[in-house]
Amino acid sequence: MKTDLTIVGGGAAGLAAALSAIDPQLNILIIEREPRLGGILNQCIHNGFGLHMFQEELTGPEYANRFIEALKDKHIDILLGTTVIDIQKKTDFEITLTSEANGYQHLTSKAVIIASGCYERTRGAVQIPGERPKGIMPAGSAQRYLNMEGYLVGKRVFILGSGDIGLIMARRMTLEGAQVLGVAELMPYSNGLTRNIVQCLNDFDIPLYLSHTVTDIKGKDILEQITIQQVDDKFEPIPGTEKVFEVDTLLLSIGLIPDVGLFDSLQMKKSPITKSAIVDQTLMTNVEGLFVCGNALHVHDLVDWVSKEGEKAGKTAKAYLLEQKHEEKDLKSIAPGSNIRYVVPHLIDYNHLTEPIQCAFRVTKKMAQGQFKVVQNGEVILLKKAKHIAPAEMENLIIKPEDLKSKDPIEIHLEEIV
Amino acid sequence: MKELTCIVCPVGCHLSVDESLKVVGNRCPRGEKYAIVEMTSPKRMITTTVRTTFEDCPRLSVKTKEPVPKSLMFDILATLEGIVVEKNVKIGDVIVADACHTGVDIIATKSISSQGVNL
Ligand SMILES: Cc1cc2nc3c(=O)[nH]c(=O)nc-3n(C[C@H](O)[C@H](O)[C@H](O)COP(=O)(O)OP(=O)(O)OC[C@H]3O[C@@H](n4cnc5c(N)ncnc54)[C@H](O)[C@@H]3O)c2cc1C
Repeated sequence: MKTDLTIVGGGAAGLAAALSAIDPQLNILIIEREPRLGGILNQCIHNGFGLHMFQEELTGPEYANRFIEALKDKHIDILLGTTVIDIQKKTDFEITLTSEANGYQHLTSKAVIIASGCYERTRGAVQIPGERPKGIMPAGSAQRYLNMEGYLVGKRVFILGSGDIGLIMARRMTLEGAQVLGVAELMPYSNGLTRNIVQCLNDFDIPLYLSHTVTDIKGKDILEQITIQQVDDKFEPIPGTEKVFEVDTLLLSIGLIPDVGLFDSLQMKKSPITKSAIVDQTLMTNVEGLFVCGNALHVHDLVDWVSKEGEKAGKTAKAYLLEQKHEEKDLKSIAPGSNIRYVVPHLIDYNHLTEPIQCAFRVTKKMAQGQFKVVQNGEVILLKKAKHIAPAEMENLIIKPEDLKSKDPIEIHLEEIV
Repeated sequence: MKELTCIVCPVGCHLSVDESLKVVGNRCPRGEKYAIVEMTSPKRMITTTVRTTFEDCPRLSVKTKEPVPKSLMFDILATLEGIVVEKNVKIGDVIVADACHTGVDIIATKSISSQGVNL
């Protein structure tokens, strides 16, 4: 099998990438390991998707459907129930696939877009003390069991971490008849959207314990009891603040990580902060012809931005294939400055700068008011004011080619306005 | 006196409302309106799933077409307990009409067919 562009993953990012890469001269293939397209959106049956893309509040499956419908009757090949298990870069990309229907298959492709999404951090990642019974799982897994298979994983539930997935599951499990005893959050503030705190916790009188974490777990075989404790400003548990809950389920909502481990054989350069590839403004990695987008590149909170980034990857991959011109690069950094945790893209390729650069980034602290400054050679070349800035919310900034005064590196800073 | 967090915008003002519906703590008029609606006739969208007989899609996701009174949430969910979808369904198809006499239909948020789901 031979193709021009292979897209790994048929979620929001992969679908948007495919749509914007369509061209009569190109053979495009989407490979998705699940039996249907849509990715994580299929299990997100709550509404709140699409406000930026469609100015409407859609549920996850409805949002996915807009893109799936748009792909129908288009010149695109789709392999469902098929997993990419290896990609090697020779002259072209050599891809190994496996599926129940066809077993192992090999494929060569001129360009690849990785849109494989992210996975959830587990108990091991945060080293919760105590015994290791059944009944402890990531909140997204519980969401999948409930919304796609119809299994309620427990009846007496506690949630660690106040990320949006955890909050949404607190409401969802309550509506399905479970009792959610509380949510513990290590930080002194919640990581979730205010509207989720209100509509998922306050609506059902579920307590939120800020500056608290789980410090003990009991249960030989099945989870029986957890202990939470308040923490000080160094996140050390404070003795005497223990609270004990009898529960059969502990859901973890403690963070997501881009799922690109499978592509290590490609030797793409990675960022220790985003835990995924370093890309330039075309979303190309240091591996010629390899692009990454969506949650596989960095974790987004809104699907709308995932779709926009997927669109970008599709468009630039198409240009790369039709114009084949990335041999000579002039790469300079887009570095995170004061109060900024990371910026994607990490690099500008000045030799292929034709369109505005869409920068996505996260800040390190909460601010009521601030301004973002793009700095080149010590000079501020772009200024953007913003309100209600928070680490949990991704920020966006567009730098136009004409904003750039030279071909030097740039930095993005955040300054507080008091 | 009731304490509320406003969700109209990202500021999240802490509101207090008393029995005569006097609102304090709001930084803009939208907060006052939100608090009064929350105190008098709060509404919510319900999103959930119903059972199906389709082997590769055992649950069909559904939602109330419009927000419904918050007080009826659990009653409306109870009416969905016994529903089993056996036929092909398209997004927007009515699964239950006029849920609990609210005048609001419960509609499918996913299409399913015996030819397989989604393409
Ligand atoms: C639980 C949860 C709740 C969310 N709630 C909201 C919300 O309320 N509002 C909002 O705007 N956003 C929400 N988001 C965010 C948003 O929905 C996601 O960021 C977005 O859908 C991610 O799209 P994606 O295409 O990057 O990843 P995914 O949807 O994860 O798609 C990746 C796809 O790649 C496939 N894949 C992975 N590896 C391989 C392989 N090796 N071979 C073949 N296929 C592979 C996977 O099966 C999957 O289908 C939520 C996210 C999560 C995880």
